Amino acid sequence: MPAIQFQLNGAATAVDVEPDQTLLDVLRGRLGVTSAHFGCGAGECGACYVMVDHRAMASCDMPMWSVADRDIVTVEGLGTVGVPHPLQRAFIAEQAMQCGYCVSGILISAAALLKRNPSPTEAEVRAALDRNLCRCGSHNRMVRAVLRAAAEMAAS
Amino acid sequence: MNTLSPAPKLPVSLVANPKLSSWVGFTDDGRVAISIGKVEIGQGIVTALAQIAADELDVAITRIEMTRASTAASPNEGVTSGSLSIQQSGRALRQVCAEVRQRFLRAASERLGVDASRLDIDDGTISGPGNVRTSYWELMGEVSLDHDATGSPTAKSAAARTVAGHSVQRVDIPDKVFARPRFIHDLALPGLVHGRVLRPDLPDARLIALNEAAARAVPGFIAIVRDGGFAGVVADNETAAEAALKALRKGATWSDGGPLPDDDDLAGFLKSQPVETTIIDTRMAEPARHPAQTLRRQYTRPYIAHASIAPSCAVAQWDGDRVHVWTHSQGVYLLRADLAIVLKLPAESIVVEHIEGAGCYGHNAADDVALDAVLLAKAAGGRPVRVQWSRHDEMSHAPFGAAMAIEIEADLDSNNEITGWRHAIWSNGHAARPGRAAQPTLLAASEIANPYPRMVSTNPPAANGGGGDRNSVPLYDFPAWTITSHRLLTMPVRTSALRTLGGQGNVFAIESLLDEIAELRGEDPIAFRLRHLRDERARDVIRAAARRAQWKPQKQPGIGHGLGFARYKNTGAYCAAIAEIKGADGVRVRRLTLAVDVGEAINPDGVINQIEGGAIQAASWVLKERVRFDRTRITSTSWTDYPILTFSEVPAVDVEIIQRPEIEPVGAGEAAHGPVTAAIANAVYDCLGVRVRDLPITRDRIIAAMERAP
Repeated sequence: MPAIQFQLNGAATAVDVEPDQTLLDVLRGRLGVTSAHFGCGAGECGACYVMVDHRAMASCDMPMWSVADRDIVTVEGLGTVGVPHPLQRAFIAEQAMQCGYCVSGILISAAALLKRNPSPTEAEVRAALDRNLCRCGSHNRMVRAVLRAAAEMAAS
Repeated sequence: MNTLSPAPKLPVSLVANPKLSSWVGFTDDGRVAISIGKVEIGQGIVTALAQIAADELDVAITRIEMTRASTAASPNEGVTSGSLSIQQSGRALRQVCAEVRQRFLRAASERLGVDASRLDIDDGTISGPGNVRTSYWELMGEVSLDHDATGSPTAKSAAARTVAGHSVQRVDIPDKVFARPRFIHDLALPGLVHGRVLRPDLPDARLIALNEAAARAVPGFIAIVRDGGFAGVVADNETAAEAALKALRKGATWSDGGPLPDDDDLAGFLKSQPVETTIIDTRMAEPARHPAQTLRRQYTRPYIAHASIAPSCAVAQWDGDRVHVWTHSQGVYLLRADLAIVLKLPAESIVVEHIEGAGCYGHNAADDVALDAVLLAKAAGGRPVRVQWSRHDEMSHAPFGAAMAIEIEADLDSNNEITGWRHAIWSNGHAARPGRAAQPTLLAASEIANPYPRMVSTNPPAANGGGGDRNSVPLYDFPAWTITSHRLLTMPVRTSALRTLGGQGNVFAIESLLDEIAELRGEDPIAFRLRHLRDERARDVIRAAARRAQWKPQKQPGIGHGLGFARYKNTGAYCAAIAEIKGADGVRVRRLTLAVDVGEAINPDGVINQIEGGAIQAASWVLKERVRFDRTRITSTSWTDYPILTFSEVPAVDVEIIQRPEIEPVGAGEAAHGPVTAAIANAVYDCLGVRVRDLPITRDRIIAAMERAP
């Protein structure tokens, strides 16, 4: 089994896995990274999103061979309690969830958006989150949280 | 002033669990451990209950540690459903904490030699004149809480509360944004292995033969479990478990499944089945006037999926003949009761512990997967087995919210005033939760070698809000009515509790027809409703929503406005909703304005969050959702085939709370669904001039309704 090397939350990482194993299984099963959640296994709900080279992508149907040499960021790599990402602060400030199972994937989509567009309009935020499903109906709070984070980042 | 509940009548949860010590304890590290039987399902209940305890005990909310529900220790509060947690758990906890506080004050008074009335409590420190002080933790050795609640003293007055009534931040949210494992899906246990269950494509198909060879050859394979028609696999990681399941599926031979109804004629199906008929309520008019005309309308609602974002998941571990189960079930004791039947074990041999899952919105597969895990764990040699359903199984084998056909006949006099009202419902039962019957309702129980028959869903009694008949008795003062519920005795599509049970369908029907009658009369629909409502709280939410939405905005082409109102279960939260929609090529809901009265709102932002969420979920049901099937199988088994509202499609939602701190609180989780459904349907009529009476209101349904209209 060849070792597949990639960056995970800023750290060089190598794992011996079957090349067709999914990134989500490797993150959760091998590396103990549990922020990315299984939702559908078909890339349709966004619960498993991670950032791959600054783009939000589904990890549940992403084979490991395609991860080689990529830069992967999960919510564990966004920020910490001590040094939170503005999005994490904003999601707390806006109480932007109900159950929160979809939130990791939404934080990733939002972080990817703010990297390419630091001051998005509300419509742009909604468009960027459109591939993430939320069943509890917390959408508007999440959109407000993303706009709050963008404003905070612009001000700092 | 507390006019609604004269002491010392104990709250129901306290009657069932009277010992103070089963609810409250003080820990050596200066904290307060609160044990409750209700569970967090994303509704924020744990935070609201912590607020109540903090207030009544006078400790900082950060000192409160909420213990998760487990049959090993928690009070038995049945199930977390029906928007009853604040009402049941909240009232009980408030009373318990008031009594605990008084017992400590009495002990402090003895120790300090100061009359209890002159003592104050501040963050758990009890102090009095002359700078004397002690604390809960200093006194905890001498104050026994092994006493039953008495119902006195009563809790603090509304004005004396400083935490309840305020928008405290939820205690679970930081974990969720910082990715600290909190969900059962993320539970790490030593030696954890993974299981998957083989389920048929066709409902009710039975496993006849299984070639196991290919599954056994998968690297990481541990065991196959077969028990009659139940089959599953255990492997040492998820990838292997999935691969082995795939191999098993190839080697499986199934019997035919049961036939399914025509999903394009749900009313025809529902009205042609054997039923149990119940008269829910009647009211007789004085002389039966001969109506000038009778309007007869039929409304339908499809089967609706719970469609949690997370597939259901459970972990089970055997130790000899004892088993520990980790679950996101809404009722740990009820699940335990069903497990005990299936396993033929005394309940004491089973511990069922709650860990959060994703929002469930009712009875989904959380309980089913727990039995799956227990059965698979038998073959794991004492290791914990984690079982997770697939998206496909979640969307086809979990129970659905029941389809409904509702027929209303309204007798009108020559002024088009309502003189008679007949409301009839045809629907499967809306409840088949575990732990309530002599037979189990868990899916695998109907698959094992000595199977239990699949229970045909029933309805909760009217005293508990009813099921298919929920919200079918009008709150309006019509002179006469008869409400009839026909519960199906066949169940080709598995149904159980989904948020509001029958409430969404019944409110949709009642409020749609009221709108139609108001229009016949040429009367404003709000004025018409207010004229028929005596309950001031009902009138207030309608007036508040109308004011907030500036009812009625000037008519613009392509834009429509509509109102819906209900008091959930006729005993819970009052909610009025006004929808603003844009109708062109299909319907887009632009804005929902709601006013809600839950009595005392313990956490106002939590209430708003629940109402917003309920409103958006209801809009999704109304505009998009419908479980699809052909005559042999469920076909809406992916998010592509069962779409829900997306970020770009959700409306703006604006919520006003009418705070009534002096009135006992009720839940908010299901208040919005019925009113929002009706508001959207009425706005569609306002915009397009067509009454769509079959949900969901899709482009095709609008076109069909236009073609039908005269």
